[in-house]
Amino acid sequence: MSVVTEVSSDGQKLTISVKGRFDFGRHQEFREAYERLDQRPDSIVVDLKEATYLDSSALGMLLLLRDHAGGDDSDVRVVNSNSDVRKILAISNFDKLFDIS
Amino acid sequence: MQPQEPLTILIAEDSAADRLLLSTIVRRQGHAVLTAANGAEAVEVFRRQQPHLVLMDAMMPVMDGFEAARQIKVLAGESLVPIIFLTSLTESEALARCLDAGGDDFLAKPYNQVILAAKIKAMDRLRRLQATVLQQRDLIAKHHDYLLNEQRVAKAVFDKVAHSGCLSAPNIRYLQSPYALFNGDLLLAAYTPAGDMHVLLGDFTGHGLPAAVGAMPLAEVFYGMTAKGYGLAETLREMNAKLKRILPVDMFCCATLLSLSFQRRSVEVWNGGMPDGYLHRIATGERTPLAARHLPLGVLSPQAFNDRTEVHSMAVGDRVFLLSDGVIDTCNAEEQLFGVERLQRLFAANREPDRLFTEIEQALHDFGGEARDDVSMVEVSLLEAAQVNPTAPVYSDSGQSSPLDWSVSFEFRGATLKRFNPLPYLLQLLLEVHGLRSQGGALYSVLAELYSNALEHGVLGLDSSLKRDAVGFARYYEQRNARLEALQDGYVRVHLRVTPQGEGGCLAIRVEDSGKGFDVARVMQRPLDDVRLSGRGVSLVRQLGRNAGWSDDGRSAHVEFIWDALA
Repeated sequence: MSVVTEVSSDGQKLTISVKGRFDFGRHQEFREAYERLDQRPDSIVVDLKEATYLDSSALGMLLLLRDHAGGDDSDVRVVNSNSDVRKILAISNFDKLFDIS
Repeated sequence: MQPQEPLTILIAEDSAADRLLLSTIVRRQGHAVLTAANGAEAVEVFRRQQPHLVLMDAMMPVMDGFEAARQIKVLAGESLVPIIFLTSLTESEALARCLDAGGDDFLAKPYNQVILAAKIKAMDRLRRLQATVLQQRDLIAKHHDYLLNEQRVAKAVFDKVAHSGCLSAPNIRYLQSPYALFNGDLLLAAYTPAGDMHVLLGDFTGHGLPAAVGAMPLAEVFYGMTAKGYGLAETLREMNAKLKRILPVDMFCCATLLSLSFQRRSVEVWNGGMPDGYLHRIATGERTPLAARHLPLGVLSPQAFNDRTEVHSMAVGDRVFLLSDGVIDTCNAEEQLFGVERLQRLFAANREPDRLFTEIEQALHDFGGEARDDVSMVEVSLLEAAQVNPTAPVYSDSGQSSPLDWSVSFEFRGATLKRFNPLPYLLQLLLEVHGLRSQGGALYSVLAELYSNALEHGVLGLDSSLKRDAVGFARYYEQRNARLEALQDGYVRVHLRVTPQGEGGCLAIRVEDSGKGFDVARVMQRPLDDVRLSGRGVSLVRQLGRNAGWSDDGRSAHVEFIWDALA
């Protein structure tokens, strides 16, 4: 599994971890990770600790997630990105939309 | 398991008794039988009747089984016609020869009916598998051809509708795969009415048709608004709003937009999500990065969108280089990225600016990168204003309704000055006058200079002497943005008066502002061919218009355009 989902015991926080290449091939899994939940979590964390690469369709997937989580009112954090991934996020200026660390 | 369909099986055997025995067995298993008494006959029967499978004796007169097998395999081409050798040979070398000649299996004499049936069945499975693979391959090839043809047609339509631009201008060099559009890459260039050049390099998310569909509306906005004289900010706002409205949430367009002014010798840049572009100053060799400061187009709502641009001074011969992420994201077999550092090393090593593209291509190739067709590069250089020949727009109306005696006055106040650019409207109004059309470029340049002087030096009180060097130039435009953002009061008034004069006519333009004015006498003393970065506006107005003058301590500028009888 290259997309692993974990929901906190109170159901308030969803953590989605992506491993390997985060590209169009992960599209289905990534969507299912948040769409199949019955209860909408208050906050979402996308953990990219084990993601090696991220392309523009992955950026699109992050936008879909943000939209699903409430758009401008959403709380989506992107954490543990390596330097390559962080460069891509920086070029796209996604730090203006997501809390990136 | 499926019951086996009856096959047509060729039996090549020189012994009449063996032939009869085998024919009986095979027929009893439900198959149709063809027979041949030697290799040559076998080849002939195969050619005429194309059996599904061949049982071939190795040793036969006229032509032996090995040669016959070879010829039959050639005749069968891509489809699999299994050949089972019938042999009393037992040495492994002889058996190997059967397989070398194209045989697929062999059966030892005397024949065992059960094993023969099993082998025929197994070979039939292989035969069907091969047939399926071939059929699927052909289907894929057909679909692929179909797709390529669709792309060719789509691209031809796109080129007609959207490529009305000036990519072939002498100061533009670019490199792009002809089908880059279907990888989401888009390159557009067009002249503004004032003779400035707008260039867009964009990269839509995704691949294929979805990546290409956004290109058409984007190109329409780009060409439409550029031709009407809109600046980068308005064009960007419109492009963003349009893409936001029509694209799904996960699609957007990274883009760098440039406005190159040959008159002012400057470049205005907006970069949303593209890799750093570079401004290459030939005199010093310095390369200023043009970094992404914004989210891509189509992500933010119109309210949240930021159209803030940067302005850099340029000298004649300086170049702006833009590239798509296909260049720096090219990956080698070890999954390493080409990266920005390698690109910068190429810049440093480059001796002949004209060879830069070739060197980058070579480096990508040497890097062992997978060939990609989303590698786009463009380089635009600054020419002397006089060398630029924008193509004149074509007007389709008859000219009979040209208005020749009218005047109009506008007053644009604080909040309007912040975001609204009145120049395209003013120009469209003026170009209703046919006599002015041939001077559209000069007219727009003069209007633009007078308006920006009134706004920047008048209303905003910016000091043009700041622009005397490259650093000050950039600072000037930062201050302009900041002061405009904070603007409360102030006005710019534009008065236009068109009067007939004999067969021709005269347009008088007067622009007033609420600023502090300037020392008119001192500015007018400067020579007309002044090419310093500051104060270019005044000399431009004096060269392009007639009877240019300033009154009310510089707060009021006037200039005229006249035209003779139309041919």
